[in-house]
Amino acid sequence: MADGTAFASDALLDYDEALAKYEPVLGFEVHVELSTRTKMFSAAPNPAAADSGSVEPNTMVAPVDMGLPGSLPVVNAQAVRYSISLGLALGCSIAETCRFARKNYFYPDLGKNYQISQYDEPIAFDGSVEVELEDGTTWTVPIERAHMEEDAGKLTHVGGATGRIQGADWSLVDYNRAGVPLVEIVTKPIVGAGAAAPQLAKAYVATIRDIVRSLGISEARMERGNLRCDANVSLRPRGRERFGTRTETKNVNSLRSVERAVRYEIRRQAAILEAGGTIVQETRHWHEDTGTTSAGRPKSDADDYRYFPEPDLLPIQPSAELIAELRAALPETPTQFRRRLQADYGFTESEFRDLVNANLLVELEETVGKGAAPAQARKWWLGEILRIANSRGVEAGTLVSPLHVSELIALVENGDLTDRLARQVLEGVVAGEGSPEEVVKARGLAVVSDDTALTAAIDEALAAQPDVLQKIRDGKVQAAGAVIGAVMKAMRGQADAARVRELVLERAAR
Amino acid sequence: MAAERELVRWSAARLAEALAAGEVSSVEATQAHLDRIGDVDADVHAYLHVAGDDALVRAAEIDRQRADGTAPGPLAGVPIAIKDVLCTSDMPSTAGSRILEGWIPPYDATPVARLRAAGLIPLGKTNMDEFAMGSSTEHSAYGPSRNPWDLTRIPGGSGGGSAAAVAAFEAPVALGSDTGGSIRQPAAVTGTVGVKPTYGGVSRFGAIALASSLDQVGPVSRSVLDAALIHDVIGGHDPNDATSLDERWPSFADAAREGAASGSLAGLKVGVVHQLDGSGFQAGVRQRFGEALKRMAEAGADIVEVQAPHFEYALAAYYLILPAEASSNLAKYDAVRFGLRVDPGGSTVEQVTALSREAGFGPEVKRRIILGTYALSAGYYDAYYGSAQQVRTLVQRDFDACFTQADVLVSPSAPTTAFRLGEKIDDPLAMYLNDITTIPANLAGVPGLGMPIGLAPEDGLPVGLQVMAPLREDARLYRVGATLEAILEREWGGPLLAQAPALGSAASRSDRIRTTPGTAPAPGYGTEPDGGTL
Repeated sequence: MADGTAFASDALLDYDEALAKYEPVLGFEVHVELSTRTKMFSAAPNPAAADSGSVEPNTMVAPVDMGLPGSLPVVNAQAVRYSISLGLALGCSIAETCRFARKNYFYPDLGKNYQISQYDEPIAFDGSVEVELEDGTTWTVPIERAHMEEDAGKLTHVGGATGRIQGADWSLVDYNRAGVPLVEIVTKPIVGAGAAAPQLAKAYVATIRDIVRSLGISEARMERGNLRCDANVSLRPRGRERFGTRTETKNVNSLRSVERAVRYEIRRQAAILEAGGTIVQETRHWHEDTGTTSAGRPKSDADDYRYFPEPDLLPIQPSAELIAELRAALPETPTQFRRRLQADYGFTESEFRDLVNANLLVELEETVGKGAAPAQARKWWLGEILRIANSRGVEAGTLVSPLHVSELIALVENGDLTDRLARQVLEGVVAGEGSPEEVVKARGLAVVSDDTALTAAIDEALAAQPDVLQKIRDGKVQAAGAVIGAVMKAMRGQADAARVRELVLERAAR
Repeated sequence: MAAERELVRWSAARLAEALAAGEVSSVEATQAHLDRIGDVDADVHAYLHVAGDDALVRAAEIDRQRADGTAPGPLAGVPIAIKDVLCTSDMPSTAGSRILEGWIPPYDATPVARLRAAGLIPLGKTNMDEFAMGSSTEHSAYGPSRNPWDLTRIPGGSGGGSAAAVAAFEAPVALGSDTGGSIRQPAAVTGTVGVKPTYGGVSRFGAIALASSLDQVGPVSRSVLDAALIHDVIGGHDPNDATSLDERWPSFADAAREGAASGSLAGLKVGVVHQLDGSGFQAGVRQRFGEALKRMAEAGADIVEVQAPHFEYALAAYYLILPAEASSNLAKYDAVRFGLRVDPGGSTVEQVTALSREAGFGPEVKRRIILGTYALSAGYYDAYYGSAQQVRTLVQRDFDACFTQADVLVSPSAPTTAFRLGEKIDDPLAMYLNDITTIPANLAGVPGLGMPIGLAPEDGLPVGLQVMAPLREDARLYRVGATLEAILEREWGGPLLAQAPALGSAASRSDRIRTTPGTAPAPGYGTEPDGGTL
């Protein structure tokens, strides 16, 4: 495909029709940025570390990251330990000895013009991951390998219409990301998912995210690129053994996009095959805005990266003791975690599934861990927080911390906040104004629980609506609503409506 | 105060003693060498950069520390030359290449940092074949260095600058790097001493990489003891180099002093590697090698012949492994972040990179990048790089077997004495054959020492002996080398370099251009290679 056609809309076959005729085969390459303090091969601070904010370009770099002459890589031992833990969590065997290799290619985002990666000797291989779909069915995704490598820098192409290197006037390189430790997890071909393939894709990536989070080895924030997915899709006519030609859609960086991209590729490829065409083996770019993919560069299995063992580094030979130690320290798997939570919290199947599908289990557990009741935690995460997240198109877990949610719930439980006030406090927390306590103080949002102040406001409201007390005495209790509303308005919402109602009814009974 | 001409002839060991005793100041010693450089380097061209005032400022600082009793070590104040392959934060570091012209790194190479910490005074950066690819310095982008014994001849390579500087008394000691013989072969043709340590013995951090699995930094000097003194300073574990050995090394200087004092090689088994025994080498080289064996036997050594059948393939394997690694190591020179940039405007990054590499790399560098890229290509890897690595394993096994029969192995350091400038520049294979004796040690990682054993009768030029020891047994080289050196210097009545012609203002031009005595020309290794065509 020529560049000019990159944004032309492709013909798509109806999804059900595509699935009736073709069987999708999936494969994923997920890159996980490890959150070690320093980079994979240098002592430069790691921008993917937990406490790393956004920084000026090219300020987190060491000579190795810039590819300066004479500089040498040194392996980050913590990154190796993290990689082994991840390999174990993926059910992989850990290599007794493995090597780094150089992957040679010229591109300005690599200072050395080679990437230090692993080739024929990955640190972890032959594993499997259990994945649960939204309908509760489980799949076993076979893992080919997980290997260590370094991330490349970031290019910003200036000028030109597409933001890509072609047509740009010039490009800027930021090497901060160069050398960030990565683990690349490669699946074996995944067959048999049929119509559930897009859902499986999403669930697989979500599972990897949950695993690395529970291991505490990555920030795992897809919107920041901590977790990046390349999705391979091919179709074969039903009943045929041989796989079709695959495309690799690069950098699909949200769970929703993974699902959409796979669905799109199935429909696009099916349309081509139906029209008697052939699929081009190529990388494809994902366009979040249009929900489409476009042709990238042709890719063949014969891409020649001239791999050879990295002579600047010694083989990695993790001791059996280290592997045993890391295995013993593994947290429960996402499936085990889900089962435990469901049992502990007593949610119904459908209540629980909502949490799973919103990817909020980890947040829920942490919120409960900080003292909140499970039902309250569920209510806030699936309610107001998820609403704000959806309206902004971000993950709910990125908006607010479980600690702050538990603090917010405690303020409501103690009667310091009404639900309505608490929603305002949440807004402030999301806006970065501080902890719930700090927002309450700064915005002056605490509930007025002083009966004297309430009584005064009630007197004022009754003076304006003198017939209300009589209506209540006549049995029209709902008439109290007008007074309560007026009081709440006068108190700018900072009153406990239930208490106001009590006071009004007391007055009427007098 | 010692006269300048005398001072520059002192060894580092003697200079260090004189500095410690207050007989001479570091400023005097440094100035004497700077004067000598000014006097002779226009002819020798050993240096690409001379530190000048910076060196004198450092020397004055050391002199102050000496007066305060805070001098950082026994070699404090001794000047030293540094091969331009090593990064220096205060001097350009070009590796002899146009593509790095004027580049000043933001760090010192670890060996340089250790020299500075020990108070040595860097005099400047020495010439070399571009990226250490060559055996004559003729592949330097900045013009060749010349052999102080005969200015029409090469000083060896790639570290010809460091060897020539030391041989021409422009520095008492120097640093070199040795990937396939770049310390030992220049030592052989200039009548100096050079040591390639055990791989991992000296940090490679800050050494501009040629072939990472072969490169090793080491000392260049006029005596075995001086080499040992420098090795003691630069060696030892460095966390910045993952291939650096975490080893407690003995004092190499002590080993050299013991060797010189003992005068005996009794009980030492010296293995002559049959495959490197000098067959087909220049006659004078063979003769001096045979005499050196005789001296060692007279000193009590037991001379045995050992077999290393796979050495025959070492050169071929080397010329696959080296270019393969070099093709990758040299990919960083892309004009994006540093170095030469040829930008005609309106070009893509690929075009700028290609034009810059075209203009910045010399022909030998391009030749090896192309060779290495080819050797690593899919479909060729097994046949070339893969089999070369297998040969490497076989060479290592040959060494293991040889060292069960001998404590040290010996061979001539180079097949010929210094050849003439231009003689082999258009014949890469002939040039590559210069390193036939030195390459096996690099492939196996074992240490090797090169030292002078006399002048070839037919041309009056220095001949070198190579001594090799098992991995981590560098001390053995210094002990044996110093013993033999003491025996030979007694025989010669002083160091071999005392017989070198005068240079600079002290000599007339005709003195400096030597002509080969009227006998038949040296056979020139490469016309009749041992063991068939490679």
